[in-house]
Amino acid sequence: MVDPPSFPASASVDACPPETGQATLVRVENLKVHFPIRRGLILQRQVGSVKAVDGVSFAVRRGETLGLVGESGCGKSTLGRAILQLYRPTAGNVYFGGVDLTQLSPEELRRMRQRMQMVFQDPYAALNPRQTVGAIVGEPLTVFRVAGGKAQQERVRELLEVVGLNANFVNRYPHEFSGGQRQRIVIARALALKPDFIVCDEPISALDVSIQAQVINLLQSLQEQFGLTYLFIAHDLSVVRHISDRVAVMYLGKVVELADRDEIYQNPLHPYTQALLSAVPIPDPEVEARRKRIILKGDVPSPVNPPKGCNFHTRCPWVTEACRQDPPPAFREVSAGHFVACHRVP
Amino acid sequence: MARLLEVWRLETRFYTQDGVVKAVNGSSFHVDEGETLGIVGESGSGKSVTMLSVMRLIPTPPGKIVGGEVLFAGQDLLKLKESEMRRIRGNQIAMIFQDPMTSLNPVLRVGQQIAEALQLHLGMTPAQARQRTIELLQMVGIPAAAERVDHYPHQFSGGMRQRVMIAMGLSCRPKLLIADEPTTALDVTIQAQIVELIKALREEIGMAIIWITHDLAFLAGLADRILVMYAGQIVEEAPLHQLYKNPRHPYTIGLLQSIPRLDERRREKLQPIEGMPPDLVNYPKGCPFAARCRFVIDRCWSENPELESVGSQHAVACWVKPEGKAHLRSVAGVGGDGESLERTAHG
Repeated sequence: MVDPPSFPASASVDACPPETGQATLVRVENLKVHFPIRRGLILQRQVGSVKAVDGVSFAVRRGETLGLVGESGCGKSTLGRAILQLYRPTAGNVYFGGVDLTQLSPEELRRMRQRMQMVFQDPYAALNPRQTVGAIVGEPLTVFRVAGGKAQQERVRELLEVVGLNANFVNRYPHEFSGGQRQRIVIARALALKPDFIVCDEPISALDVSIQAQVINLLQSLQEQFGLTYLFIAHDLSVVRHISDRVAVMYLGKVVELADRDEIYQNPLHPYTQALLSAVPIPDPEVEARRKRIILKGDVPSPVNPPKGCNFHTRCPWVTEACRQDPPPAFREVSAGHFVACHRVP
Repeated sequence: MARLLEVWRLETRFYTQDGVVKAVNGSSFHVDEGETLGIVGESGSGKSVTMLSVMRLIPTPPGKIVGGEVLFAGQDLLKLKESEMRRIRGNQIAMIFQDPMTSLNPVLRVGQQIAEALQLHLGMTPAQARQRTIELLQMVGIPAAAERVDHYPHQFSGGMRQRVMIAMGLSCRPKLLIADEPTTALDVTIQAQIVELIKALREEIGMAIIWITHDLAFLAGLADRILVMYAGQIVEEAPLHQLYKNPRHPYTIGLLQSIPRLDERRREKLQPIEGMPPDLVNYPKGCPFAARCRFVIDRCWSENPELESVGSQHAVACWVKPEGKAHLRSVAGVGGDGESLERTAHG
């Protein structure tokens, strides 16, 4: 078995949100990332594949923040990396400013990388402990020959100040900084080449609660200052609501719902989105005492053998026979800008 | 209600190469029988070290409990011999940890790991212990418990492993269960399952629970009373409703202001607590929160305040004691959002 028969695409190209007035910066079309599972010491037969991202289509508008939520293992980080071509997709296309990244040669892609950057979850792992802050933040400038020597030093100091660090920290090493400060260094490095698009992969979940708000505010003000576009990946729905213009919800390799922020939080249509929202704790005992939760049964199924029919049917509170048999209808627009893939949504 | 646990002026230090870390700095608190106490604090606040000290699980060296008393049912645990402590640990006081992946022995079947405590503490025969283990696994909602009892930890998912940990913790019907961030490593939907489970078991067994977390929102639906820790000290202690309605410590107020809430109108900017927690090696003179505090006065820099009562069961360690209700944003008038949340819950 080379590649088990994959599902019909849950989303068609047409399902991309309409580009009303705003230009699209990134467009993802039917993207799939499958990781092969191999067995055997010498022959390494492929015995299956992990369908981390399995047919996803959406667009990110210039200047917006698209929130991407889902539980661990749903493929949200893989999707973020596949957009930047850090994983080469198994199938599908990623257009960045109209250019199909999946078709670029390595050298063309390398040049394109100036315009798209990434902020990682763990600022302890994302910085080389043997490099000074100046070398870390200056490296992209060296690599792309943007600035060297004195000009580079100037630019690095400027970047550190932009992210709220003291410019005199250039000669220090990462271990001299706290988690929140390190994340600021990671952000400064991402900004060095004046990118258009930044994928923020859980940028605050490794930070202490009292530091998280500082980094969120920083990301927001940088966006205003430099007109950045964010794909903001997170599992904390309160934070995603705060920072996003639109929100996409992922489950087991597929985007199940996508809508404007207020719409999705006030009128969630997919039962998984509803369950996720009902599980978010609210810091108010009176509200908590009144709330009724949707408690989903069981665990997320393995992406190696996703369930037949709708991916979510094993845990869905409103499952029907159709959900068990047939894949859900294509990701479709049920009201202006509100996309969902579910049998039960008329 | 009768006091189950009373901790007096507990001090725990770690002697490291960089100097002495004052991890717990004279904390006093109590837990009543059947009560759920939430302890909230960020990393390095001393919340886990406090509970490890109570259990006498501090690795020595480098750690050392240098002072205080831990009275459990009238007995000072810090004065017990290790062999006596072992009879209490896992029996009358049980603990479940954050990471179920590392807390289970990977080379032993889960049944053996649970049965061990039953044989040791309750003197059951292997057959009895096995039978009881299957019942426990059923109680925590593991399907096909009679088969799963012979499986190894790697055959369970994260949520199921945490259920195994809970079954192990509850095996001897402890009087006190210490839960150290048991749901932090889990996904939100699984977290909701585990919380419901522990709430139901709390009713059934009637045990007291100390729930340690960094998430203030999370405790709102769970605790009876809450302690807020900062830099190794308890800075506020209050009954549940009081803490969220009128917190009196600037740190608690700051935390509640800095987290976005799903049921309120969205704000353009969050209001963070500026700065960062102090270095516990060079412990600041005066109040440890002074450098980040909006309400700071001269006295804060020179004298460290002690917990002082500001109402029934409500105490705060602060010279200023601002009224939190005057500073927290009102969420009234967002009824629409609140309703939509409830509507969500009903489907």
